[in-house]
Amino acid sequence: MNPSVVIVDDHELFRAGVRSELAEHVDVVGDAAGVDTAVPAILGAEPDVVLLDVHMPGGGGVEVIRQVAKVRPEQRFLALSVSDAPDDVIAVIRAGARGYVTKSISSAELADAVRRVADGDAVFSPRLAGFVLDAFAGSLPATQVDPELDQLTAREREVLQHIARGYMYKEIALRLGISAKTVEAHVSAVLRKLQLSNRHELSRWAVQRRLVD
Amino acid sequence: MATAAPSAERTPPQRRRWRGSRRIAVGVALLVLAFLLALRQLGLLFPDAIVWPTMLAAAGVALIWRQWGGRGRPAPPPTAVPPATVAPADVAGQEQRAAIRNLYRGGFGVALIVGAGLLFLYANGALSGLGDVALTALVAIAALGLILAPFWWRLANTLAAERAERIRSQERAEVAAHLHDSVLQTLALVQQRASDPKTVATLARRQERELRDWLRGRPPTAERESFAAALDAAAEAVEEAHGVRIDVVAVGDHALDERAEALVAATREALTNAAKFAGEAGPVSVYAEASPQRVQVFVRDRGPGFRLAGVPADRRGVRESIVGRMARHGGSATVHTAPGQGTEVELVLGDGRGE
Repeated sequence: MNPSVVIVDDHELFRAGVRSELAEHVDVVGDAAGVDTAVPAILGAEPDVVLLDVHMPGGGGVEVIRQVAKVRPEQRFLALSVSDAPDDVIAVIRAGARGYVTKSISSAELADAVRRVADGDAVFSPRLAGFVLDAFAGSLPATQVDPELDQLTAREREVLQHIARGYMYKEIALRLGISAKTVEAHVSAVLRKLQLSNRHELSRWAVQRRLVD
Repeated sequence: MATAAPSAERTPPQRRRWRGSRRIAVGVALLVLAFLLALRQLGLLFPDAIVWPTMLAAAGVALIWRQWGGRGRPAPPPTAVPPATVAPADVAGQEQRAAIRNLYRGGFGVALIVGAGLLFLYANGALSGLGDVALTALVAIAALGLILAPFWWRLANTLAAERAERIRSQERAEVAAHLHDSVLQTLALVQQRASDPKTVATLARRQERELRDWLRGRPPTAERESFAAALDAAAEAVEEAHGVRIDVVAVGDHALDERAEALVAATREALTNAAKFAGEAGPVSVYAEASPQRVQVFVRDRGPGFRLAGVPADRRGVRESIVGRMARHGGSATVHTAPGQGTEVELVLGDGRGE
């Protein structure tokens, strides 16, 4: 069965484009052009995945995630943006999005990403993988490190590096001699660390976007 | 980090200046005192009624002169910070605060001089009959102040609003000028070349890159000096030459020394190969991980791949420009490929210490 999707983007042209390109692969059950209309649309349609633009008038994608999460915390979001500024990307991930892709993605890849998020997995674009490696690079004073959250394991680093190099999950599994499910588990673990870690690079991004005070 | 540094840099000079004015005022006052005391010692008798007011007045004059005399505009707003990182409102606030501080300082000087005059008159007994007149004058001034206050208030507000509006419209004009020079020009070109998708894509890519740089407030790649910037520039050049999309992800950075330059040149060669032989198959990915000790670059395409052993010995592209170049600079190059698997070139430059 195709996953159901709500598209939230303030560019009408883009919404129409995604709708027609993804028509075969997903059921678009609604769309919205702003924060105010998006929240009731999502809560009404209860889609598997919300395709969410990061930059919108009225607070942007982060605000949509926040308001929906109050009522429907299990809602899954895939962020989509033309921006490649690290603070935008990290902010929306930390707010709770399960993945981030740029709008230059091909429609086959986008459909794949939607399906993956619908299945509960995380979706990292090469660029996001690069940001995460950057954010987790460098060592912390040993007293401050929570190894569960503040550091990547060697395997997670390896998986992220392969994503950054442009490999698909299946190819990574093949190269590392592990199953595709294991690759996905590693990526999900990284996503969790990204959302929960207090590493100062991540906190700095979060503070800049007023995610935490 | 960029937001905190400028303000920290900006305050000290002004504070130093303020402290300087105070010191100058006190110094002048003491000099005058010393001079008068010396005269008194020599037998020229000045009564206390002259000495103390003169000293006070000297201090006041010193303050006022330092403030308003001589230099035209006092305390110029510091401009050491690159303009891109300072919001106009911030600059306006700074200037306003500086202006207020100047006003206080000047007011202090005036108060000193007026006080000196009053003290002089009082000490000479000239004020005794003036009590009523002074009271009348005081009341009149207070009344006048109360009447004029709202007008002043409104005037000040209007000026501030006008100033803000001026800054805003300047900003807008600058943005408009930039968009006109860049985006509009590109859009015009795109319309002209609408029948040539490859050119259109290249134009759009170039404009996108330029606009991103501009939005992030960083100089164009050509003007930045670092390994990551040189890598970006190389990718841009190949992209333009071959019309193939190249996605660059760089983690960390490294100084652009001779070895790093060699690595960039080898990367460029690998990118050119990828664009030539695999450009049709989708974007080429570049991933670079750089630290002071080690730089590593991966160039990956999704092309047909090839059998490494099947490359004829006279094909010097890979052997010379990539493998040979890396080896000469103490690095290494490895090509991973197989038919149908795409090709990945791995370039590594260690620091030569226990690699």
